[in-house]
Amino acid sequence: MTVKQISVFVENKAGKLAELTDHLQQHKIDMRALSIAETQDFGIVRMIVDDAYQTSCILKEAGYVSSITPVLAVEIPDEPGSLSQILKILGDGGVNLDYMYAFLTRKKDTAYMVLRVADNERALEILGKKGIHAISQDQLAVS
Amino acid sequence: MEHYYQPEIECASREQIQAWQDERLVKTVKRVYENVEFYRKRMDEKGVKPQDIQSVKDLHKLPFLTKDDLRDAYPYGLLAEPLENCVRIQSTSGTTGRRVVAFYTQHDIDLWDECCARAIAAAGGTAQDVVHVCYGYGLFTGGPGLNGGSHKIGSLTLPMSSGNTERQIQFMCDLGATILCCTPSYAAYLAESIHERGLRDKIKLKAGIFGAEAWTEEMRHDIEEKLGIKAFDIYGLTEISGPGVSFECSSQTGMHVNEDHFIAEVINPETGEVLPDGEKGELVFTCITKEAFPLIRYRTRDICILSHEKCSCGRTHVKMTKPLGRSDDMLIVKGVNVFPSQIETVLLNQGYPANYQIIVSRENNSDAIEVQVEMTPEMFSDNAAVVTEREKKLVAALKAMLGIYVKVTLVNPKSIARSEGKAVRVIDHRNLYQG
Repeated sequence: MTVKQISVFVENKAGKLAELTDHLQQHKIDMRALSIAETQDFGIVRMIVDDAYQTSCILKEAGYVSSITPVLAVEIPDEPGSLSQILKILGDGGVNLDYMYAFLTRKKDTAYMVLRVADNERALEILGKKGIHAISQDQLAVS
Repeated sequence: MEHYYQPEIECASREQIQAWQDERLVKTVKRVYENVEFYRKRMDEKGVKPQDIQSVKDLHKLPFLTKDDLRDAYPYGLLAEPLENCVRIQSTSGTTGRRVVAFYTQHDIDLWDECCARAIAAAGGTAQDVVHVCYGYGLFTGGPGLNGGSHKIGSLTLPMSSGNTERQIQFMCDLGATILCCTPSYAAYLAESIHERGLRDKIKLKAGIFGAEAWTEEMRHDIEEKLGIKAFDIYGLTEISGPGVSFECSSQTGMHVNEDHFIAEVINPETGEVLPDGEKGELVFTCITKEAFPLIRYRTRDICILSHEKCSCGRTHVKMTKPLGRSDDMLIVKGVNVFPSQIETVLLNQGYPANYQIIVSRENNSDAIEVQVEMTPEMFSDNAAVVTEREKKLVAALKAMLGIYVKVTLVNPKSIARSEGKAVRVIDHRNLYQG
């Protein structure tokens, strides 16, 4: 139960990010979540979109280098402490987190955390044992 | 008053210089033909025998020698003396194939030191001077060359080598250095550091001898003004001996070639035809006094102009302009020879594509080199740390190959400009070559 994250290489220069978002807008790509990792000379834009395959084709055509990574999108109550709870479960289970970011949904009182871990299966298993479930790509589209 | 180290040689008549060159050339050619298989084969291929070379007028009959020949003959193929007579090597940076290893007998080192002594004397150096050498010591010829020259003159020599600017300035002040020897960019850097520390009044420098990289007249004026010195250019290359192949005098209108040791020619790099005085072409040197590594008609790839016009300093040896360019794609960055092909090799070894661009610039009188590499799906990861780690590995590999820090910038695919389908590999913003 993973969702597909698109990661795109973007040069760290003025206007480069706008160029990317323009492309996505022209093709009416709806972004559900977005996070940017920046280094001194480049950035990696990570996003969750409705149609990862289509987006990936559009990016390739426009000359971008991108990749698709399966990540976990976990629904958590939009209240203090719920993030800590998940992190504690993962930490206790020995699952190392590469990075994560949050997004809100149209659903009231619910937030989503996108988690990038080395071993998705293991993370799903230990979260599942505590009654926390990840959503699928299809569920994401209607959330 | 003009200072000379060996006035009887430096100001000899043209007839005398001619006579020295004729005699020494004939002797050298005979010797390399007999002692070095490489030269013998080359001359035989061209149908030239030692007896065909009777004077400098016959020099054009001899085959050229190139950097590729040096690579093919590496390491001992061009050695003209038994190893037991050799006492030292010096070398350029770079890996096998691009690295030059030159051999010296004690006699070779003595003559090289004399050449450097002439340069120091031309800059006003005497036994009363304190000569501060912050060229690198070791394989690089800069430090050992000027160090030896300073010893010949009898000046107190500070063998500082490069780096540790704080210590350089402290020694310079405390010991009252009067002549500074280093690359022009380091001189400019030192000048700024001295100003920042408010130590301009504490230094006693009167002259500087700056070489191993190209520099402009603007840079000269800047350094002269900031340090209150007269700045002299010096030229040389490891293949031929090191610094001191030619040097500037007080007239600052070109560098006198030490013609009693080296015959200079300028040729058309396309045809090999020898060009007359005043015409721009590739500089070619023939060593006529060296024992261990006497290169014959070595193509330097430096483009310059020769002039036999009378010089106000009294020296009679031919003058060459600063190099006005290169007839190959070699770059000199921070005094280090860099070939784009070396960078390409590293990129390919590290799994990067051969789409790259080298950008050289000079900020605050210091060279900087950057390689822009196009991103590929194989190199990419959603994890920034993974990409950065790969980038660091590339920087380390480039440093290992070239010996200097190269900034790596990852750029979008197909974003590097291509002209007529061919990528523009090098952009040099320094505009070093004038005239």
